[in-house]
Amino acid sequence: MKISETWLRTYVNPAISTDELVAQITMAGLEVDAVEPVAAQFSGVVVGEVLETEQHPDADKLRVCKVNVGETEPLQIVCGAANVRPGLKIPASVIGAVLPGDFKIKKSKLRGVESFGMLCSAKELGLVAEAEGLMELPADAPVGTDIRDYLQLNDNSIEVDLTPNRADCLSVEGVAREVAVLNQIVLNVPTIEPVAITHSEKLPVTVEATKACPRYLGRLISGVNNQAQTPLWMQERLRRSGLRSLSPLVDVTNYVLLELGQPLHVFDAAKLAGGITVRYATNGEILELLNGQTVMFDEKSLVIADDESALAFAGVMGGSYSAVHQDTQSVFLECAFFTPLAIAGKARQFGLHTDSSHRFERGVDFELQNRAIERATQLILDICGGQAGDITDVTSVAELPKREPIALRETKLTKILGMSFAPENVSGILERLGMKVAAQTDGWLVTPPSFRFDIAIEADLIEEIARIYGYNNLPSNQILARSSLNQATETVLDLDRVKDLLVDCGYQEAITYSFVDENLQKAIAPSAEFIRLQNPISADLAVMRTTLWGGLLTAALHNTNRQQTRVRLFESGLRFVQKDGETLQEKMLAGLALGSAWNEQWGEKERPVDFYDVKADVEAMFVLTGCEVQFVAVSHETLHPGQSAKILTENGEVIGWLGMLHPNLEQQLGFETPVFLFELSQDLLLQKQRASFKPLSKFPSVRRDLALLVKEEVNAGDIIGAIQSCSEPLLQEAVIFDVYRGKGVEDGYKSVALSLVLQNQAQTLTDTEIDAIVSTFLETLTVQTGAKLRD
Amino acid sequence: MSANLEALTAQALDALAATTDLTSLDAIRVQYLGKKGIFTAQMKELGALPPEERRDAGQVINQAKDAFQEKLDAKKIELENAALAARLANERIDVTLAGRGQKMGGLHPVTTTLRRLNKIFAGVGFQVVEGPEIEDDYHNFEALNIPEHHPARAMHDTFYFDAHRVLRTHTSPVQIRVMESEKPPLKIIAPGRVYRCDSDITHTPMFHQIEGFLVDTDVSFADLKGVIYEFLQAFFEKDCQVRFRPSYFPFTEPSAEFDVSCVMCDGQGCRVCKQTGWLEVGGCGMIHPEVFKSVGIDSEIYSGFAFGIGVERLAMMRYGINDLRLFFENDLKFLQQFN
Repeated sequence: MKISETWLRTYVNPAISTDELVAQITMAGLEVDAVEPVAAQFSGVVVGEVLETEQHPDADKLRVCKVNVGETEPLQIVCGAANVRPGLKIPASVIGAVLPGDFKIKKSKLRGVESFGMLCSAKELGLVAEAEGLMELPADAPVGTDIRDYLQLNDNSIEVDLTPNRADCLSVEGVAREVAVLNQIVLNVPTIEPVAITHSEKLPVTVEATKACPRYLGRLISGVNNQAQTPLWMQERLRRSGLRSLSPLVDVTNYVLLELGQPLHVFDAAKLAGGITVRYATNGEILELLNGQTVMFDEKSLVIADDESALAFAGVMGGSYSAVHQDTQSVFLECAFFTPLAIAGKARQFGLHTDSSHRFERGVDFELQNRAIERATQLILDICGGQAGDITDVTSVAELPKREPIALRETKLTKILGMSFAPENVSGILERLGMKVAAQTDGWLVTPPSFRFDIAIEADLIEEIARIYGYNNLPSNQILARSSLNQATETVLDLDRVKDLLVDCGYQEAITYSFVDENLQKAIAPSAEFIRLQNPISADLAVMRTTLWGGLLTAALHNTNRQQTRVRLFESGLRFVQKDGETLQEKMLAGLALGSAWNEQWGEKERPVDFYDVKADVEAMFVLTGCEVQFVAVSHETLHPGQSAKILTENGEVIGWLGMLHPNLEQQLGFETPVFLFELSQDLLLQKQRASFKPLSKFPSVRRDLALLVKEEVNAGDIIGAIQSCSEPLLQEAVIFDVYRGKGVEDGYKSVALSLVLQNQAQTLTDTEIDAIVSTFLETLTVQTGAKLRD
Repeated sequence: MSANLEALTAQALDALAATTDLTSLDAIRVQYLGKKGIFTAQMKELGALPPEERRDAGQVINQAKDAFQEKLDAKKIELENAALAARLANERIDVTLAGRGQKMGGLHPVTTTLRRLNKIFAGVGFQVVEGPEIEDDYHNFEALNIPEHHPARAMHDTFYFDAHRVLRTHTSPVQIRVMESEKPPLKIIAPGRVYRCDSDITHTPMFHQIEGFLVDTDVSFADLKGVIYEFLQAFFEKDCQVRFRPSYFPFTEPSAEFDVSCVMCDGQGCRVCKQTGWLEVGGCGMIHPEVFKSVGIDSEIYSGFAFGIGVERLAMMRYGINDLRLFFENDLKFLQQFN
């Protein structure tokens, strides 16, 4: 909300500067977002009166004017504005004036005719962004007066960003009330007298929805002239609050809304059929609003209707049919109190947000309607003329909000704020805030005023005392809370440790959005069921990821498109998997590597990263947890069928996947080199095996190397698996240390070199024992994998 | 000394002088000093002398032999030193060439910041708790005293899945989840991703928050102020000013926003703080009695404070990052600056 400082200071004028005022209200919870001068910097502009105009001899569009600027002789000024005419009062800049943008006014010649100044538009004075023609000043504007003084342009628009609880400050009077409290000075509230009733016509008003509309005031004002000019002072105050002047009738309602915080509405009385009813809409009822939008109501929408149809969306916006226009002669002025709950969310339901709905859903002072309608009526009569009829007042007292007394205990106040207050300080602050305060033995009984909708419980009162006393004047403690000792578990590894490992392996941590492009999601995980956002910010951030790979691939592309030829990224976070109608939120850790195996360097031979480079990084994580895992050759829809491994725990649970991005996807996504990916479940990855001591053997270990000839499709895992299936207790280690293809090995076969380490706890192994064990291994290998010893 | 010995010694010294390597030096040693060497042969010839001359002649030979041995030892050391020097010269490498192998990567600045936050709060016993990112309406709003149609919902540009499920708009639902299952005293921090349907130069649809809260029998606003103050000193590692402004959150009362004196200009006023000298850091307050009610904690016995801070915002202040969107582009040239 924007308000004029000068306007504010007519209510309350503490002897502090603008900066101090702004700081003061900010620190009281009325955060000031911006302070802007209401006009640009300029000088030397005075009120001028055009005395006569003559056509310029050499230019169709220019006129040569004689302008009285309050000096003995009128000035000759050449002007091109269409609205220049004798008798008009305008801002005139004289020789020596400096207009916004450091534009100096000098004596000049326009097409051969001398000009001693310039007549100005509102735009040229930096008052508005766009303007047509000269700024027209009232006929009584005193000629020669500096325009800055005349229009009170040495003023600021203060933009206050109010929190939803402070509806009471959504007006100049409301902010002034707060400033008065903070400075402990008296608020100068202008008295509003009831207008004289000059006709007896009344419209019948029926309020069906009394709970939603406990108070409805209306009156007929006839004989108004909506073609009258809104006075400049009102136009200026509206402008400084960010509102445009539309027509005097509308301007008055907007003005009272800004001044007092009460939304009002004027209906063209000629358009009304019968009486006014405040009721809920019927399902499907249609209304075209002032802004041209047509809305279809349901039975929860509150409307103002006449005997035939809905006229206005109550508390939100009027309808276009019954709106006032240039020729309106008689109006029905509405001033109501709608309860916050009746209006809350209603505007938003139709994508609307109006100054009126903004105030009603936060809470308008329910004792304000009489003052506001009298104020608006007086202004209409002053500007548009006319005769006011009596007010029709339909108030359901029982449905008006209640202001119940709230108990404030001294002990609670002390406990929550950590300090004690003198009782007179407490009651003083609360009374200045307009509350009724009665002392009790253990504290106070406090009744908030009708304009405060945010004071309902003791804590609210405590906040008010803290706020006015000043948050920064309250004490500050070192905390002394009870503590228990930290856990130091050895069954779960810290994710941070794994992240550090990946960092050491050359990966850079990425953080990508949890929502991805639907096309990308479908491309990389065609069979995964995903969940869609109802209101995504854009199509490329529309569905929740079922794998972290989408974000990593996008991030990798971002980098390869920027001349990065080597990318290693990892990310930790949730993936969102639909399963049996439920959304599982699973913590994952994923990585990506592409480009060269090493950073470019002299010391290692350049080669592209491959499956085994990334596998080593993945295996290193399981070294940290001490858990045995299995890599099984299984194909995956995202990965190269010959280069993908499913990673299983000892119990066969799927920890995740490792592999090369499928060449089709590689091409489709726009990669120029192979991409390797892994994704692991954090829960399964981080399960840690606690170390358990085994005695060291005193007897020597024995190593036997076997050169095995196997078919190409036999995996290393099959060979190690066959050895493990023998459950040989003396076996310490089985490692494949070479794989050979080529000369001496038949096509379709490979030679696998396997080393076996055997050791006994109790004695030195004999050759006979060793040979027996090795031949059992060989038999099993032959049966399970078809392996033969190589000659 | 016989002329013969003299000539022999001169010959031996010449040979020694001419030697340039250890192998020929050893050959000379064998030739002159070996068991079948020339000096040994001289000694053997002593037997031909009359007995009274033998002793003196023997001494002369021994002296010549010892002198030669000494020279030979010196020559050996000289040659060994030269050989070592040659080897060392030969083995010189360019130590300014880069080391071999994998270069390290690095953590995202958000993670680095979160780790520092965790460390700061873990010191006084705060436990780290995480919560779901797809939240139900109840935990994200209802239980936090934000009923449907409350104007405060407009402050949260919420991503919806359906009528009941949203992407959490803040980390505050973790407060509810923890208090539903655990009893005070509680000291919790809850970091994580949060989502708002908003995207422009200063907003991204996803960012990180850290929520902190403490519930015990005698927790006051003064304790809250103390924690925030100490936290900011620790985080920025400097003596900064802190101020508290009244604000509004439905789940705290009293509520405050807290600002730190601009860490760029030390509060003098600059472009970063828009000349105000202050930077907005986060929101905080005393946990609202309605929130305690929704989780079944008696607000007559317990009180507590809570605070929430934007992590990217902290990282931006700390490292001077000027564009929020950089955090999620994952450009290596950005990320590597924080390694």
